[in-house]
Amino acid sequence: MQHTISVIVENDFGVLSRIATLFSGRGFNIDSLSVAPTNEDGLSRMTIVTRGDAQILEQINKQLNKLIDILKVLDFSDGSAIERELALIKVAAEDDARAEVLRIVDIFRAKIIDVTPKSYTIEATGNPIKIDGILELLRPLGLKEVVRTGAVAIGRGAKGWNG
Amino acid sequence: MKMNGARIMLECLKKEGVDTVFGYPGGTVINLYDELFSFKAIRHILPRHEQAGTHAADGYARATGRVGVAIATSGPGATNTVTGIATAYMDSIPMVIITGQVPTALIGNDAFQEVDIIGITRPCTKHSFLIRDVKDIAITMKKAFYIARSGRPGPVLVDFPKDVQMAMGEFHYPESVDIRGYKPNLSGHPRQVEKAVAMILDSQRPVMYVGGGAVLGDAAEPLTQLARKLSVPVTTTLMGLGAFPESDPNSLGMLGMHGAYCANMAMTHSDLIIAIGARFDDRVTGKLSTFAPHAKIIHIDVDPTSIKKNVRVDLPIVGDVKDVLTKMISQADKTKEKLAEFITALTPWHSDISGWKEKHPIGYKQSSTIIKPQFVIQKLRELSDDDAIISTDVGQHQMWTAQFFQFNKPRTLLTSGGLGTMGFGLPSAMGAQAAFPDRQVITICGDGGIQMNIQEMATLVQNKLPVKIVILNNNFLGMVRQWQELFFDKRYSSTCMELPIDYIKLADAYGAKGFLATKPGDVESVIKAGFKEKGPVIMEFKIAREEKVLPMVPAGASLNEMVLNA
Repeated sequence: MQHTISVIVENDFGVLSRIATLFSGRGFNIDSLSVAPTNEDGLSRMTIVTRGDAQILEQINKQLNKLIDILKVLDFSDGSAIERELALIKVAAEDDARAEVLRIVDIFRAKIIDVTPKSYTIEATGNPIKIDGILELLRPLGLKEVVRTGAVAIGRGAKGWNG
Repeated sequence: MKMNGARIMLECLKKEGVDTVFGYPGGTVINLYDELFSFKAIRHILPRHEQAGTHAADGYARATGRVGVAIATSGPGATNTVTGIATAYMDSIPMVIITGQVPTALIGNDAFQEVDIIGITRPCTKHSFLIRDVKDIAITMKKAFYIARSGRPGPVLVDFPKDVQMAMGEFHYPESVDIRGYKPNLSGHPRQVEKAVAMILDSQRPVMYVGGGAVLGDAAEPLTQLARKLSVPVTTTLMGLGAFPESDPNSLGMLGMHGAYCANMAMTHSDLIIAIGARFDDRVTGKLSTFAPHAKIIHIDVDPTSIKKNVRVDLPIVGDVKDVLTKMISQADKTKEKLAEFITALTPWHSDISGWKEKHPIGYKQSSTIIKPQFVIQKLRELSDDDAIISTDVGQHQMWTAQFFQFNKPRTLLTSGGLGTMGFGLPSAMGAQAAFPDRQVITICGDGGIQMNIQEMATLVQNKLPVKIVILNNNFLGMVRQWQELFFDKRYSSTCMELPIDYIKLADAYGAKGFLATKPGDVESVIKAGFKEKGPVIMEFKIAREEKVLPMVPAGASLNEMVLNA
């Protein structure tokens, strides 16, 4: 089962390494990882998509909490969050395929950001499942390159992660 | 007042109450050592290998409860500390290790004697710091010591570049430190405590399973008080030995792979296990699917990650062990009638336990012609001081010490449990002796482990540390040989160390004394002679070559499937 966890961390050197080492050292999976500074001074937010059963997820949460540089672990596994991801997709497109690509882009409300006679480069954002969807539809046409950011997540409602 | 970074570092150590450090100089710490030369408040002990220096700081910390401090230079000096750091990490020992580093401008440049020691030790340190500016030294050290000693203790590495040591700065030691991401929960929740006591009073076959956390948390007194008040039998892990006096009739001794029959049976037949500062390690549980099949589990620990990691827990209590046990004593005091009923109802359980103790007590076959290692341990117990500190190396002798010595006080056994590091025995005793110059410190080693840090004989003699070294010599890598006998048809692959070493000559080469016992009749006189010596001593005992540590729970077997005779 996939789980999305957001971690608020001190922006100190080595913190990304320590989290990665924690995951690899204990055999936890990292399906995707995204990190950037937040609105608060000296803090960064890391979003990790991992997989495992309930016992493993509990261990991951506890082990992350134990790390000195981690302020908070937000477990979004219960569906209480909005998840988004961005993908840049270069797809081969000649003759009839060109119209098909444009139709798919329109359906998914994505954008064309680069064009050549033989290809389109598409920017798509949305829930990771939607990104999976657009990729599946484009795959038969010939995916040349796919760059995904990995999911980021934010809780619903008025409160920030800190209340 | 302006001073250089190296001096600021030493002033920080002084502020943290450090009076002894174990370190080895080199190019990137030569500035630190120059300041140490005239820094009277700190005693510096030079080992002969950085691994031994780290084990010594570790032994110092285990014996005193204070933060052990080790210093090494960059590159090979730092990498030599890795085993010592991992040893401390696995047993949760509070330590600060200061490693020199190349100047900040050269970091990442493959400079001379440069290693990414923070990267290398990331998985085996509680935390680590790289000091990039002289202004950051004080706050870093304040944080390092706080992290090392609080919550679940652990080793913290501080990487100290040469140019930062040389830079000038002002020394201001912060009053307090606040780390946003680190707020260990030390106070046990009162409702959980109430529930715990209620669960205990409802049980019929309770057992207390006590680990190293009870020693690290200085909880021996409330533990003993509570166990006696409730009349509950107590078993400890290797790391918990001494937290509850083994002389107490309710003590079951050590449990686990080489634990006592009665302890393992009690765990298996229990209906309530009260786990205190222990982590349900694989050496203790045996096969997890058949572990304690009838027991509910209360788990008291300061580290939430230990709870529910290996076994399902019915009542977790996160908090400092001493705090939780003290609260439980007050709670138990409120339940006078129920308590009296409970204790009376325990009679059948106590009788079961006595039965198990009688059926298969810890024992061995004595011999009149060959020295049995267990006999040496018993004699050491008989003839040593009441407050002697015992360190062990790793192997069969370690298990025999745990089984036969009988530990009644905390912080009297220093042993590498989690990592099982050979070569730990001698240097850790060195550290303990430096902390307690007037107490008897004995290290019990095998002929394998003693050679891994034998160079520390020089440190003992130079610093007048009168450690008593016991070598149980069977000319084998005993524990591995035992497994090869039991599971590999006695194919003794690379475990036979036939070469006879004249330890008396070796001791003499360093300026120490050596004694040799070859027959059972020699044992007592050799021990007495060794103990009488004012300086460090080696006492070698030629023991039975193919003796086995029993009972034994083979790998993959259940805790109650012990091999009792083989």
